[in-house]
Amino acid sequence: MISFLSHLVNGISLGSVYAIIALGYSMVYGIAKMLNFAHGDVIMVGAYITFCATQYWGLPPVVSVLAAMLVCTVLGVVIERLAYKPLRAATSLAVLITAIGMSYFLQNAAQLIWGANPKSFPSVITLPTLSLMGGQLLISGETMVTVLANVIIMIVLTIFTSKTKMGRAMRAVSEDKGAAELMGINVNATISLTFAIGSALAAVAGVLLCSAYPALMPTTGSMPGIKAFTAAVFGGIGSIPGALVGGLLLGVIEILGKAYISMELGDAFVFAVLIIVLLVKPTGLLGKKVHEKV
Amino acid sequence: MKNKKTFRSNLITYLLVIVAFVICQLVLEGAIPGVKMTRSLKGQLVPICVYIVMAVSLNLTVGISGELSLGHAGFMSVGAFSGIVMSSWLVSAFQFENETIRLIIAMVTGGVFAGAAGVLIGIPVLRLRGDYLAIVTLAFGEIIRNVMNCLYFSLDGKALYIGFNNPSLPGKLLVNGPAGATGVDKISTFTMGFAPIIFTLFVVLNLINSRSGRAIMAIRDNRIAAESMGINVTKYKMMAFVTSAVLAGMAGALYGLNYSTVVASKFRFDTSILVLVFVVLGGIGNIRGSIIAATVLTILPEVLRAFSDYRMLVYAIVLIVVMLATNSPLLRNLVERIRPKKKAEAKGGDAV
Repeated sequence: MISFLSHLVNGISLGSVYAIIALGYSMVYGIAKMLNFAHGDVIMVGAYITFCATQYWGLPPVVSVLAAMLVCTVLGVVIERLAYKPLRAATSLAVLITAIGMSYFLQNAAQLIWGANPKSFPSVITLPTLSLMGGQLLISGETMVTVLANVIIMIVLTIFTSKTKMGRAMRAVSEDKGAAELMGINVNATISLTFAIGSALAAVAGVLLCSAYPALMPTTGSMPGIKAFTAAVFGGIGSIPGALVGGLLLGVIEILGKAYISMELGDAFVFAVLIIVLLVKPTGLLGKKVHEKV
Repeated sequence: MKNKKTFRSNLITYLLVIVAFVICQLVLEGAIPGVKMTRSLKGQLVPICVYIVMAVSLNLTVGISGELSLGHAGFMSVGAFSGIVMSSWLVSAFQFENETIRLIIAMVTGGVFAGAAGVLIGIPVLRLRGDYLAIVTLAFGEIIRNVMNCLYFSLDGKALYIGFNNPSLPGKLLVNGPAGATGVDKISTFTMGFAPIIFTLFVVLNLINSRSGRAIMAIRDNRIAAESMGINVTKYKMMAFVTSAVLAGMAGALYGLNYSTVVASKFRFDTSILVLVFVVLGGIGNIRGSIIAATVLTILPEVLRAFSDYRMLVYAIVLIVVMLATNSPLLRNLVERIRPKKKAEAKGGDAV
């Protein structure tokens, strides 16, 4: 029972990281209708910037994370402007390949700058470990901060997209780009804003991910990126609550599957569940059903 | 007139491959004075054959059938391991040493097993559409890789033992879970790598220009209209998907038998993407383009060795720039202005 609870806590912690990454995927997909494969690598850049800020420049953790968010925001917007914006009228496959090229670029640039060897990422979270049930169930500071960050981000984003003018503009663009433009919404600025928010979240996710799993390499972001993308589809791509549900479920399934079924088959188990969900609900758990017009 | 045109176009594709093969053979034998292949380039010859087959077969799924598949490397993996096991089993059980025939049997085996995997995967996958289909093929590719990491094969005379998550098998261990297949006979040769290319071209080009191929393309262009014309959507989608899987399995067997050690993690998501890049850069639905792109992009990192550490960075930049350039409206207008006649002709041809 206790071991189950502790696996569950680990799963929720990992799932929260997936949820934050999945948000970036989901928002960008909702607005630009593209799979931004470079998103996973923005996570890695965020983690490296935090690593440099704390280790080499001696900045305090909070400032380092803010610096990472700033760098990633700029990076996300620049990537969008240089690589994706010229392709807005192109086929989705062309954009996909460009995003993959961007992903290669970021990984190899990181390898040139920071080297291919894994760096040991020092946890930026100094909260003490919480001990429950007479010391049987331990919840680390990283877990608490991750879950808390996830909850705050979800609440803020939900309020942002439903109450503010910019958030409403984002939803309008994701529903109908042409009509939004006619209503006087600056579509380009809105898309840039989406990339900015998604990339800033990626930086946060990178720091949280590396605090829990401290090996930092140029390819650190790719596998969590793919899983978070899976989580976004799982929950229903384009939906904020969907990213939350998908991410959490995916994290819990992965950890429980690894603990109780097979260590090697943990990932296979995650993807198998995804396939089953998509077969039953083809647009994800919380996705809207799109009717086909003839 | 249309038939004559496709015939000529297919002929050019075959000729291109054959001429390239003959030139490579002549250079390898030193028949052309002054031209020599570097060692690293020689090592790339079989992988080029493998990637051409992979790219053409993926083009069948992506370009002709219109389904974005992100798990093509999974079929390659199935083909590689079944091919390796088959070729070793032939030696162990029958003392059958003829390398060429072993390679052919291994490729057939790889194709059969990958085809079986294609049927299994195709049934659920082809019910989905668009990006969801893509993510499920990605998921299947990852599942195949994970399962392969847990498989153990051993040979003891004629007996072949299979273990799942269980390395304690009798006899000589051939495939060792995450450590992969070790001590594989390297029986793949460039000459034998040429055969599956011709076979793939023969299958794919004939399929495209057949009644079935037209049905597949009709479904791609408008599923509902095709269905209402009485085309069996599931049947033709499966046909394209499974054919593509069989060809990828063959390529996998050729690839697996080219190295002494093969691990399942070689056939990751990255490999699927690499092949997809060949298809998109070569032109979706354009078979000749896939062949050229697969060749050029496999050689490119070798040519870029002069940049040493920067080569993969340059590769990424080349990829992005090519995508931006080929899709920019400015360049398209320019091309149209230079070749207006051809454009009009092509349009007229389509209308007929």
